[in-house]
Amino acid sequence: MSAATSTAPRSTGTKPKKSKGLNAGQGRMGLLLVAPTLVFLAGIILYPLLRAIQLSLQKDAGLDKATGLFVEGGSAGLSNYTHWLLQKCGEVDCPPGTLGDQFYSALWVTLFFTVVSVVIELGLGMWFAMIMNRDFKGRALVRAAILVPWAIPTAVTAKLWLFIFAFDGIANKLIGYVGINPQLWVSDPWAAKFAIIIADVWKTTPFMALLILAGLQLVPGDVYEAAQIDGASKWQTFIKITLPLVKVPLMVAVLFRTLDVMRIYDLPAILTNGGGGTTSLSMLVIKQIQNGFHSASALSTIIFLLIAFTAFLFIQFGGADVVQRPPKSKKKEPEAAVGNPVAANATSTGA
Amino acid sequence: MTATTTAPPTSGRTEAQEIHFKSDRAAKIRMYLGLSALVIWGLAPFYWMVVTAFRNVGYTFDSTPWPTHVTLDNFTTAFSTDRGNHFGAALVHSVIIGILTTAVALLVGVSASYALARLDFPGKYAVLGVILGASMFPGVALVSPLFQLFSNFGWLTGANYQALIIPNISFALPLTIYTLTAFLSEMPWELEESARIDGCTPGQAFRKIMLPLAAPGLFTTAILAFISSWNEFLLASLFSTKQTQTVTVAIANFTGAQPHQEPYTAVMAAGTIVTVPLIIMVLIFQRAIVSGLTAGGVKG
Repeated sequence: MSAATSTAPRSTGTKPKKSKGLNAGQGRMGLLLVAPTLVFLAGIILYPLLRAIQLSLQKDAGLDKATGLFVEGGSAGLSNYTHWLLQKCGEVDCPPGTLGDQFYSALWVTLFFTVVSVVIELGLGMWFAMIMNRDFKGRALVRAAILVPWAIPTAVTAKLWLFIFAFDGIANKLIGYVGINPQLWVSDPWAAKFAIIIADVWKTTPFMALLILAGLQLVPGDVYEAAQIDGASKWQTFIKITLPLVKVPLMVAVLFRTLDVMRIYDLPAILTNGGGGTTSLSMLVIKQIQNGFHSASALSTIIFLLIAFTAFLFIQFGGADVVQRPPKSKKKEPEAAVGNPVAANATSTGA
Repeated sequence: MTATTTAPPTSGRTEAQEIHFKSDRAAKIRMYLGLSALVIWGLAPFYWMVVTAFRNVGYTFDSTPWPTHVTLDNFTTAFSTDRGNHFGAALVHSVIIGILTTAVALLVGVSASYALARLDFPGKYAVLGVILGASMFPGVALVSPLFQLFSNFGWLTGANYQALIIPNISFALPLTIYTLTAFLSEMPWELEESARIDGCTPGQAFRKIMLPLAAPGLFTTAILAFISSWNEFLLASLFSTKQTQTVTVAIANFTGAQPHQEPYTAVMAAGTIVTVPLIIMVLIFQRAIVSGLTAGGVKG
C-alpha cells in the first residue's frame, strides 16, 4: 500500500507528451490518477490501523492493582491481547460481568450470527434468484420490492423489528395463531439471537439474491435447453450445471456477507442492546472505548485480523475470485454486454 | 401470448421457456406464487412501519392489517423537540454529511476509477487489491485511534462535521471506485480513441466526450455513496455531537414520554421519513442501482 504511494511521481506532475502516440505515458498517468486515492486510503485506513496496533501495545491509564496508585500508562507488551484472549485482568482471571469476561461469548455469538445468517441467506438468495431468473411481467415491481429492505437504514430496520418483536407486537400475535406462546424477543437467549438473525436475513437476502441473479444470467440459455433435451431432472440441472457455473459470483457474495456479519453492530446494539447474550465483538469494542482505548485497540485489532484471515481463506481456498481483471480496451460491444449482465438483461426484457 | 410480448432478440432462452411454459401451466402458477412471496418479503415489514406511522398512538399494537385510526400526530411528535429529540436537525446534518462525503469520494474516486478501467500502469492490480481490501475493512478497527485523534483535535464537541465525513470516506471511497470502475470499463471507449486521433489530449477526450456518457454511472455511484453515508450508524454514534447528530443516531436514541417507554409510533413516523426518499430513488433508479451493486461482484 505504502510502496505504491511512494512510487507515484506526484512531485514531477508533468503531463505525458502528446507526440509519443496514443498509449505513451499511460504508466505515469495511471499512477498520477490513483495517487490521491492512495493518499486518502493511507490517511484514513492505514494510519489508524497502524496507530491502533501501536495503541494496543500501551497500558490504559488507571489504578495499578498492586500498588493502588494511579498510573499513566506506558508499554503494556501484549497484555492487552492476553486480557482478551486469555481472559487475564492483570495477574488474575477477569471477574464475571466485566467486559474482558465477555470476549468469548461475544466471539461465539458473532460467529453464530455469521454462520446461521449466511447459510440462510445463501439458500433463500439462491431461491429468490432462481425465481427472478425468468421472463415475467412486472420485473420492475419485483426488483423494486426486494430493494426496499436493502435501502432502509439498518438503524431503522432495527427499530422496525423492535416494534414487530415487541411483546404486544405483531410477531407474537402471528405466532399465537399457530399456537406458539409469546416470546421475549429482545431478552430471551434464543429468541433474541433469532430476532437479530431474522432482521439481518430480511435486510440482506435481497442483496445476495441480486448478486446470484447477476451470475445466473451469465449462464447461456442453450445450456439448460441441452440439459432438458438430454433428459436431466431439475435437481440434476441445478447441481451439475447451475451451481458450478455460478460458483465464483456465489463465493464473492458469500465472502462479502460473511465479512459483513462478522462486524455486525447496528442490529444487536439497537434491537436487543446485547440482551440475551447478543453482544457482538463490535459492540464490545464500543463499550470498551469508554473504559480505555488501549485495550479497545487490542480488541479491534483482533477483529481486524479475524476478518482479514477469513477473507484470505475465502480468496485462497474458496474460489472467491474478487480481483478480476477488468475488460481490456480492445473488447468489443458483445463482450461488454456480457460484462454487465443485469443491465443487458434489463434492457432486453423491456420491463 | 407471453412469447410475443416479452421475446427479447438477444436472450435465446425464451424459445425454450416458451415450450416449457405452454407444456406446464402449473410451473407458471408456481412462478407467480414465488414472485408474490418475494414482493411480500420486501414490502410487508415496510408496509407495517408506514401503517403504524399513521396510526393513533393509543392503538400502537392494533393488529388490523390495513390503516386504522389514521392520524398525522406521530409526524408532529417525531419533529417535536419537547422530549429532547432533535430529529429535524438530524435530517439536516445527515444531508450535509451525506453530500460532502459523496462529493469528496467522487472527486477523488473518479480519476482512480478512470485509471483502473482504462490505463495500464505498473502496480495496477496491487492498487485494485488495496481498494478491495479497503472495501472489506471493518470500520470498528478505526474507531479507537480516530476517537483518540479526534478528541485531541477537539472535534468531538461542537459542529465538527469533518469528524463524521472523514471516517465515512473510508468506506464511501472504495465503494465509489469499485462501482465506477465497473461502469467505466463497460463504456464505448472507441469514441475516446476517435477523439484522441482527432487531436484531443487524454484529459480533453475524457472531459468532453466520455464524461457526459459516464454521467448515468456517476449518478448511480453518487446515490450508492450517499445511501451508504446516510445509513451509517456505528461511527456516527461515536463521533457525532448534538450539533452533528445524524438521523440514524437520532432514531436509535429516540426517547418517549416516560423513560424506558419506546415511542413506537413516533419512531415509525421518523423511520418512514428517513426511508421514503431512499425508496423513491430506488424506484426511479432501480435498474442502474442493481447493476451498480452487482457490477463489482460479478464480472464475466
